[in-house]
Amino acid sequence: MKLLFELSRTGRGQDLLPLSDVPACEFGGELLRQAPPRLPEISEVDLERHYTELAKQTHGVNDGFYPLGSCTMKYNPHINEDMAALNGFTGIHPLQDENSAQGCLEVMYRTEQLLNEITGMDAMTFQPAAGAHGEYTGLMLIRAYHLSRNDTARTKIIVPDSAHGTNPASAAMAGFTVVSVPSNAQGGVDLEALKAAAGSDTAGLMLTNPNTLGLFDPNILEITRIVHEAGGLNYYDGANLNAVMGHVRPGDMGFDCVHLNLHKTFSTPHGGGGPGSGPVGCKKFLDEFLPEPRVVRDEGGALRFACPEHTLGKVRSFYGNFLVAVRALTYITVLGKEGIPEASETAVLNANYMMHKLKGHYDVAYDAACMHEFVLTLEKLKQETGVSAMDAAKRLLDFGMHPPTMYFPLIVHEALMIEPTETESRETLDRAVQVFLDILEEAKTDPEKLHEAPHTCPIGRPDEVGAARNPVLKYEFA
Amino acid sequence: MGSYLPSTHSERREMLREIGLDSFEELYRDVPESVRLKSLSIPEGVSEMEAAAQISALADKNTRYRTIFRGAGAYDHYIPAIVKSVTSKEEFLTAYTPYQAEISQGVLQSIFEYQTQICELTGMDVSNASVYDGAVAAAEAALMCQERKKTGVILPDTVDPQVIEVVKTYCGSRSVPVTVLKTKDHALDADTLKAALTPETACVYVQSPNFYGVIEDTTALAEAAHLSQARFIMAANPISLGLLKTPGECGADIAVGEGQPLGMPLSFGGPYLGYMACKKELMRKLPGRIVGETSDKNGARCYVLTLQAREQHIRREKASSNICSNEALCAMTASVYLAAMGPEGLRRAARNSADHAHYLAERLNGLKGFELKSDKPFFNEFLTACPVDPALLQAHLDKEGILGPLPVEGGLLWCCTEKNTKDKIDRLVEIVKEAAGE
Repeated sequence: MKLLFELSRTGRGQDLLPLSDVPACEFGGELLRQAPPRLPEISEVDLERHYTELAKQTHGVNDGFYPLGSCTMKYNPHINEDMAALNGFTGIHPLQDENSAQGCLEVMYRTEQLLNEITGMDAMTFQPAAGAHGEYTGLMLIRAYHLSRNDTARTKIIVPDSAHGTNPASAAMAGFTVVSVPSNAQGGVDLEALKAAAGSDTAGLMLTNPNTLGLFDPNILEITRIVHEAGGLNYYDGANLNAVMGHVRPGDMGFDCVHLNLHKTFSTPHGGGGPGSGPVGCKKFLDEFLPEPRVVRDEGGALRFACPEHTLGKVRSFYGNFLVAVRALTYITVLGKEGIPEASETAVLNANYMMHKLKGHYDVAYDAACMHEFVLTLEKLKQETGVSAMDAAKRLLDFGMHPPTMYFPLIVHEALMIEPTETESRETLDRAVQVFLDILEEAKTDPEKLHEAPHTCPIGRPDEVGAARNPVLKYEFA
Repeated sequence: MGSYLPSTHSERREMLREIGLDSFEELYRDVPESVRLKSLSIPEGVSEMEAAAQISALADKNTRYRTIFRGAGAYDHYIPAIVKSVTSKEEFLTAYTPYQAEISQGVLQSIFEYQTQICELTGMDVSNASVYDGAVAAAEAALMCQERKKTGVILPDTVDPQVIEVVKTYCGSRSVPVTVLKTKDHALDADTLKAALTPETACVYVQSPNFYGVIEDTTALAEAAHLSQARFIMAANPISLGLLKTPGECGADIAVGEGQPLGMPLSFGGPYLGYMACKKELMRKLPGRIVGETSDKNGARCYVLTLQAREQHIRREKASSNICSNEALCAMTASVYLAAMGPEGLRRAARNSADHAHYLAERLNGLKGFELKSDKPFFNEFLTACPVDPALLQAHLDKEGILGPLPVEGGLLWCCTEKNTKDKIDRLVEIVKEAAGE
């Protein structure tokens, strides 16, 4: 398919702006760019068709089943988009006087109250723009807390080996050293290893629960107790909150702070990689360190921006990805106190249902009841047939399904991590199961077909090694 | 109560039985009894119609100004109709990060096109696929430049104060010293910079046009930084680059900035877009997603996420950044905007914004007490003195739906875009006169 720049023809374009109606100002020649940027010159119709064609080569949740583990690709309700598009939100300047933006402040205030209740936290910031950004912010809270007590020896963050890559990366960005603890035979945190790792240099623990294997750690209270007794704090990575909303809260499990992914759990669309929103909640004793500003209600009932007393500063300009919070608020408003827990238990039910149907055909990495996702290992299949997790994933594309997360978590070989979410019907799950079983059959009878998959996509498998070895990162103009 | 579950309650009961369970509670059997939640203390759910009414009522509580003379990091430019139409396409809206290249060519190609456009705008060799916003782009750029023996960032107080705050946060946690230089006349002069540079300084960060609208002498500043073997990071309003010298031409090693002016509405501060581009030699230090061209097994041209050895899912604690999700749809917004505008449209947006700002500045400069605070060249923002209570001035403007200048230390910060046409400026000046009692 042609690039925008290849569609460009000199002199074409669109008449979008009038000529200036005031005298032209003079800039010295030394201030001006030498040549205009080579932006494409394209008519509106050709531009529209270009993107319509690109859209056809893109698979979103609205195109079909998307069981991408750990990413919670649930359906994104249209009403969320309508609300986020209201002029009364999109047309508001972030530096308007707060009296003229009470509606925006109320969105933030109300969303904070609701999410505090769902997570069992006391205060929240919406400044972080994504999950990893939230992790960084949460860790900065932990850092600020220890420093406020002159406890400078707490330089280490404990991270289980099943954690998302962002956890150790965020800890390093926040200035910590990472200590990895292994998983036990059941896929949970190895308590003995945790006890050995926790000590006077422990700043905190980062944990996803249910973890990336889709397992709820039954020792959770023991885990958070061990860290607290060592003087550390517990950080809840909310990536998998979709499993437990309304059933159990991080704040009740011994966690001191948490980040959420509004673009996963609270149904806001992922946009091909963002914008997301990663609000960070914390217990009361940490709220003085939150990024500024926060929204508070004054004595007169009006909402105001306030700066927490010992704020860690800012992690982004303004107040974060505000329109994403509008969507999340809309979602929670619709679901409410019964709908939120029902969404979670259905997500867990759907995952268990799929796992139940696949078990006995595929190997489940940890044979236990799962939460909202589960992990298959194709290690044995690969040994027997040569068909890898990659091959199976690519073959799924031919059936109009987005593949599961591949090769993650790192502790499972030939992993496929499946998260169906609650917004899929039984027929969709049954069909997906059938596709998985058909692929298994193919692996035995026609493995070559899987090595060569996909067969029906706009492109075949790309040469990723070549892309990294000889990087071509922009169009080279003739 | 609203719900997005396709399955009915009785279907779910059947499924439960099929997996050998009697109750939904059993799904949570691994959760310790003592912490199981009885019920959430939030309002009951409502129908779509009721939710729409509730949320719309909040939007109605805001004052939406028809005319905006305020910038300071968020700009009210005209957004071509096609921009919203393209970025609302559901395939783009509801896709995840394009891990599976075979069914993500649309998103991948659009990022590749975006990267090319950012390189064209900035005069750089390599662009990433975006970061969260301009302030985070600044902080990530500063971290990119840190080396074992060269650590520290210098930036003048003419940088957007929010950017300074975010740079301080990010650098603070990595023990990177941040020096904020005091300037005279709202611009950094090369001698002040030279005096502050040390052999240890890793980088200098300059915003131009700066927070006060002034076009900094970036060429001289870049030279000064390079003489000291420090990297030069330049932030620019991307609209200004339709007209003004590129960071590349100024000698920058890294170009960053807030991409919001490229087709994103004000939206009370977000979602916005941090753009980041650099010279080829820094390519492997650039954080975030990068899309590259390659070919598929049949030799057809295609696009993939590349140079992933920099990233957190491979390198974990040794990654160049922790970033995972970025602002992909905002990058696409910018790309559609730039494609719709073309070189002439972008030049016109830049030209009209600057012309309007200069016309307004001239009119205000003729009023007693609203003198310009700097005689240096500026783009579409400028600082004047303020002889009245800024709140009183805004109260006058409120009556006609105008958002006036931002009160800052030292005066009022005014902004124009192509939307602030002559008639609007003339009316504004009339009201300012009234407010000032002339």
